[in-house]
Amino acid sequence: MSLEKNIKIDTRHLNLYFFEEKILKDINLEITSNQILGIIGPAGSGKTTFLRSLNRMNELEPGSRIEGQILLDGIDIYNSELDVISLRKRVGIVFALPVALPMSIYENVVYGVRLSGIKDKARLDEIVEKSLSAAFLWDELKDRLNLSGLRLSGGQQQRLCLARVLAMEPDVILLDEPCSGLDPISTSWIEDALIELKKNYTIVLVTNNTMQAARVADKTAFFLMGELLEVGLTKQIFTAPVKQETNDYITGRFG
Amino acid sequence: MRVSPKYTQIGAVTILGAATAFTVAILIFIIIFVLEKGLPVLSFNFLFTNPSDMGRSGGILPILIGTVLLPVLAIIVAAPLGICTSVYLVEFTLESRVTRLIRFGTDCLAGVPSIIFGLFGFIFFVTILGMGWSIMSGGLSLALMILPTIIRTSEEAIRAVPKAYREVSFSLGASRWQTVRKVVLPNALPGVVTGVVLGIGRSIEETAVVIFTAGSSLLIPTSLFDSTRTMAVHFYILAREGLSMENAYGTAASLIIAVLIVNLTAYWMMHRFIAKRN
Repeated sequence: MSLEKNIKIDTRHLNLYFFEEKILKDINLEITSNQILGIIGPAGSGKTTFLRSLNRMNELEPGSRIEGQILLDGIDIYNSELDVISLRKRVGIVFALPVALPMSIYENVVYGVRLSGIKDKARLDEIVEKSLSAAFLWDELKDRLNLSGLRLSGGQQQRLCLARVLAMEPDVILLDEPCSGLDPISTSWIEDALIELKKNYTIVLVTNNTMQAARVADKTAFFLMGELLEVGLTKQIFTAPVKQETNDYITGRFG
Repeated sequence: MRVSPKYTQIGAVTILGAATAFTVAILIFIIIFVLEKGLPVLSFNFLFTNPSDMGRSGGILPILIGTVLLPVLAIIVAAPLGICTSVYLVEFTLESRVTRLIRFGTDCLAGVPSIIFGLFGFIFFVTILGMGWSIMSGGLSLALMILPTIIRTSEEAIRAVPKAYREVSFSLGASRWQTVRKVVLPNALPGVVTGVVLGIGRSIEETAVVIFTAGSSLLIPTSLFDSTRTMAVHFYILAREGLSMENAYGTAASLIIAVLIVNLTAYWMMHRFIAKRN
């Protein structure tokens, strides 16, 4: 189907229901490797639900059901030998609310890696340094790795969440409004980290801040009422959107 | 006429404070009353010598042993059973009619008077299973009695662990069991321990169940199938039969101190655990 070769995730005719309510309607979206895809849209447009369907987080809620396909590197993530645990190790997610687990900073970062059975201390140390550095947190915290993650500020916790995902070396990083509760400085830390990270990862960024999408995303998708209304290069979406609704949303006329 | 918030505030604080002070005062009064009468009797000798003449004189060594063994057996059986049940109910079942029924059932069981558990233990363990009046029968009956308390308190503690922690754990590729072991249980531990401590306390101070199922032997038990007597039962018999009020109060004082030691140790351990983690 895809003309471009480097399609990381391909959703085909994706419908998602919670009980009888249809939340996502026939979503067809190709997500390119080593790019940032920004997803924008008003509250209730289904953008978070879409994001969470990419690593099967919706399943944790009762009543969810999907139709259609989501292909990761050509493999259907819902109907194949790929089990959900391996999937989540390849597709990491950072939630809107920064949640440090109630354990040390060090243990937070290696949580996922330890689950995979890595026990070697030197290897873990190396992972912690690398992940925290990539999240621009190493210099701040390198002397306090045994401090409880709960003691960090919101901005630091969110970068810790990012580091925790990076530690697992996933292919794809999903971010659900990662900066919604952060101050502008923390926000710019995260954005800088994302731009740096897309060299090695495919990133999907759901954001309520359209300017954030404009700043960091290569492509932008606009969701409305559970439908993917428009997707294209960020520049094109923000300068010459095809749909009137997209234009209205971006210019702040509704939402 | 509307009373100014300034006065309703003062009124509320006074009433709430007075209620608290009254409660604490009653508690302190009881403890002082028992300790005042019991402490003069309490000594190393009293604790570690055998009773003589049905407990009129001598000490409480076999009773001390019974008081340790019965709750220990009860908690060894009930704690794992109760904690596993509550983990299963909260983490591995969806809320349904069945889980609500189970919860309703445990609530009812928690409210059943202990003598009913005593009667059941007598019929089932002592008679049908032929264990006789023994530490085994008593421990198992006490385990049944405290099981609902442990299940419900652990369940509440586990449920109180923020959903976000579980979500993060799952998102990092943890299975449900890994999530329970690494995130849920460590965070629910203070609540779970509270339930277990409550259970220990209830089984130490229980009288009816023990009389029916463990009997009231004054000999030092040599096996789990020997009859034994706990402090609460000893106190009851001494006082009821008018054998020796001095020794009854001595026993009561030991009982209060024992419960205090159990509680303080448990909370100390819990605080150490929490401090270590943070």
